[in-house]
Amino acid sequence: MRDIILIGINHKTAPVEVRECIAFDKDESAAALETLRRTPFILEALLYSTCNRVELLVVTDDKARAVEAAKQFISGRNNIPMARFENSLYVHENDHAVRHLFRVAASLDSMIVGEPQILGQIKEAYRSAAEAKTAGVILNRLMHRAFFIAKRIRTETGIGDHAVSVSYAAVELGRKIFGSLEGKRVLLIGAGEMAELAVEHLIRHQVGATYVANRTFENGLTLARRFNGTAIRFEEIEEHLKQADIIISSTGAPGFVVTRDQVKPVIRARRNRPIFFIDIAVPRDIDPEINRLDHSYVYDIDDLKGVIEENIEDRQKEAVKGERIIDEAIIRFREWLDGLDVVPTIVALRKKLEAMAEVEIRRTAQGQGMSAEAAEALQRMMGAFINKVLHEPTVFLKKDAMLGDKSAQIDTVRKLFKLDEP
Amino acid sequence: METAIIVSILLYLFSTGAYIAYFFLQRKRLQQAGFILLLGGFVFHTAALGLDFARQGHFPATNMRETLSFAGWAIAGVFILLSVRYNLKILGLYAAPFIALIMVIVSQLPDEPAKTTQLFKSVWLVAHVTAIFMGEAAFALACGVGILYLVQENSIKTKKLRFFFKRLPSLDLLDSTGYGCIVVGFTLLTIGLITGLVYAKSVWGRFWSWDPKEVWSGISWLFYAALLHERLTVGWRGRRSAIMAIVGFAVLLFTFLGVNLFMEGHHRDFTK
Repeated sequence: MRDIILIGINHKTAPVEVRECIAFDKDESAAALETLRRTPFILEALLYSTCNRVELLVVTDDKARAVEAAKQFISGRNNIPMARFENSLYVHENDHAVRHLFRVAASLDSMIVGEPQILGQIKEAYRSAAEAKTAGVILNRLMHRAFFIAKRIRTETGIGDHAVSVSYAAVELGRKIFGSLEGKRVLLIGAGEMAELAVEHLIRHQVGATYVANRTFENGLTLARRFNGTAIRFEEIEEHLKQADIIISSTGAPGFVVTRDQVKPVIRARRNRPIFFIDIAVPRDIDPEINRLDHSYVYDIDDLKGVIEENIEDRQKEAVKGERIIDEAIIRFREWLDGLDVVPTIVALRKKLEAMAEVEIRRTAQGQGMSAEAAEALQRMMGAFINKVLHEPTVFLKKDAMLGDKSAQIDTVRKLFKLDEP
Repeated sequence: METAIIVSILLYLFSTGAYIAYFFLQRKRLQQAGFILLLGGFVFHTAALGLDFARQGHFPATNMRETLSFAGWAIAGVFILLSVRYNLKILGLYAAPFIALIMVIVSQLPDEPAKTTQLFKSVWLVAHVTAIFMGEAAFALACGVGILYLVQENSIKTKKLRFFFKRLPSLDLLDSTGYGCIVVGFTLLTIGLITGLVYAKSVWGRFWSWDPKEVWSGISWLFYAALLHERLTVGWRGRRSAIMAIVGFAVLLFTFLGVNLFMEGHHRDFTK
């Protein structure tokens, strides 16, 4: 009896101090897979380690020993006392393990539901397992199902819709105002991680010229070089409002850096082309009154955070639909897995042959105008023939001493006779 | 009422339903279904108008029922053309119910055969009516786009980025589509007025006779001319342009319906 076991920790069960002790880097993962491959009761294995989770997926014919070995394996590698993480560890078996994997791949189990990186990370882990030859018939099928389900959930539900970070929210808003961001001019006032990230996102959307204004001109120059832009002096901001379409502000100034009176005349000079202010600073840099002017839009950090919170709520609602898709996928996978056993395979094989014989007998009987007795004799003959044909394969499949990977051989038989297709 | 018209009305209604469902459920299939249904409605509608034309031997715009039906047809046609040019799927949410409403009204109006006079048999009349109605259809769509613009702008300004924000396209796309509609509408309205003047000259011997409809058409034309002028010179766009498109269409509606119902004049001959 083969079992699928998933054992791991994630951001919900363990704090970062524990997770970082257990995390595997790429080389460590490869070495780990090699060790697992040599463990006799572990038939297949796959390991993924991201900043939010470390999970080990194995197929085993000895459940108890495999779980124990996996725990030892995790603690032994860095000499971490088992007591430190054992409470954070979860062990899922079979359908529960499959569900967990599907949820992780579809990003339903992520800290931010719907974040797209996790699927790539799992694909990477699968590639490593394939290279290390620790992924066999079951994991191959399971992982491909997981990728398929993840993709389906992403397209059929809204779990990946709408921004959940400040910089993405700014881009999304910009696109609702300007349509395409291509060629739009960006002015960055001040500096700061979030503001710079937003500028980078905008550049990825092909914005045009980028200007950087900083109180210290030299700092502005350095930043401008990074964005391939132009540094301007702080006093030049007002003049540049005429050209800039998106202004991101993040200074430490105590008062407003851009006031309503500065912007009002600019609107006319801009011939009413919209202007979008993103104010990331606290206290605020951009006079909120500017939002009341025609064709100008001001979003401060609280507005953006409000947008993000709403979007996260929406994603969680969409996640419920994703769970439904997973429920269905688990049943389908279970059906396949059950078929991957000796008895169902032999039964399916026999049914397939009998169905074929049935058709041929009927055709012959009708074509030759056979009597009922003759047709019956033909049927008996066919039955005996099928028994003879199936004898050797049955013995082969049932033999305990079957060499190599049992699942793989059953899988071959099923593929050879197309038993999984109607 | 003939079958073709009934089928087209049903298709327009189904199309409306599909667009409304699309707006709420955001499934691409629904939008496609809505568009195809509308296209189907338009085909049957065209057939119905063509049959009328053939049977009566003159342009089928002789009474209120026929003119309204032609107006609905024009909106559907212009909407279909615009959908090819601009990628503004959501406009169907406005166009389909609008056409359906017009057609339902049409189905309720009596179909009195008009006395055919020599008045109706002029190529200038056909050109006049077609251009005017196509132009009005474009303005009707500009009005719809303007409404969508105001809704979207309001949700961005008030930072309520939920239902409408997510469903409506960008301000820029709405603004440029609205502008496109107005340019098309204005061009057609101009052609319609010129052919109308020529037709008037050929029938009544003078270009302009201060008929109320003529006066109001002139007012509408001046209104849109001002709107375009302001856009090109000082950049009247966005919000103001959207409001003007809505007001302009109200003036146009009055020209189309109000004048017929409340005022006398030689256009009455066509819309009894």
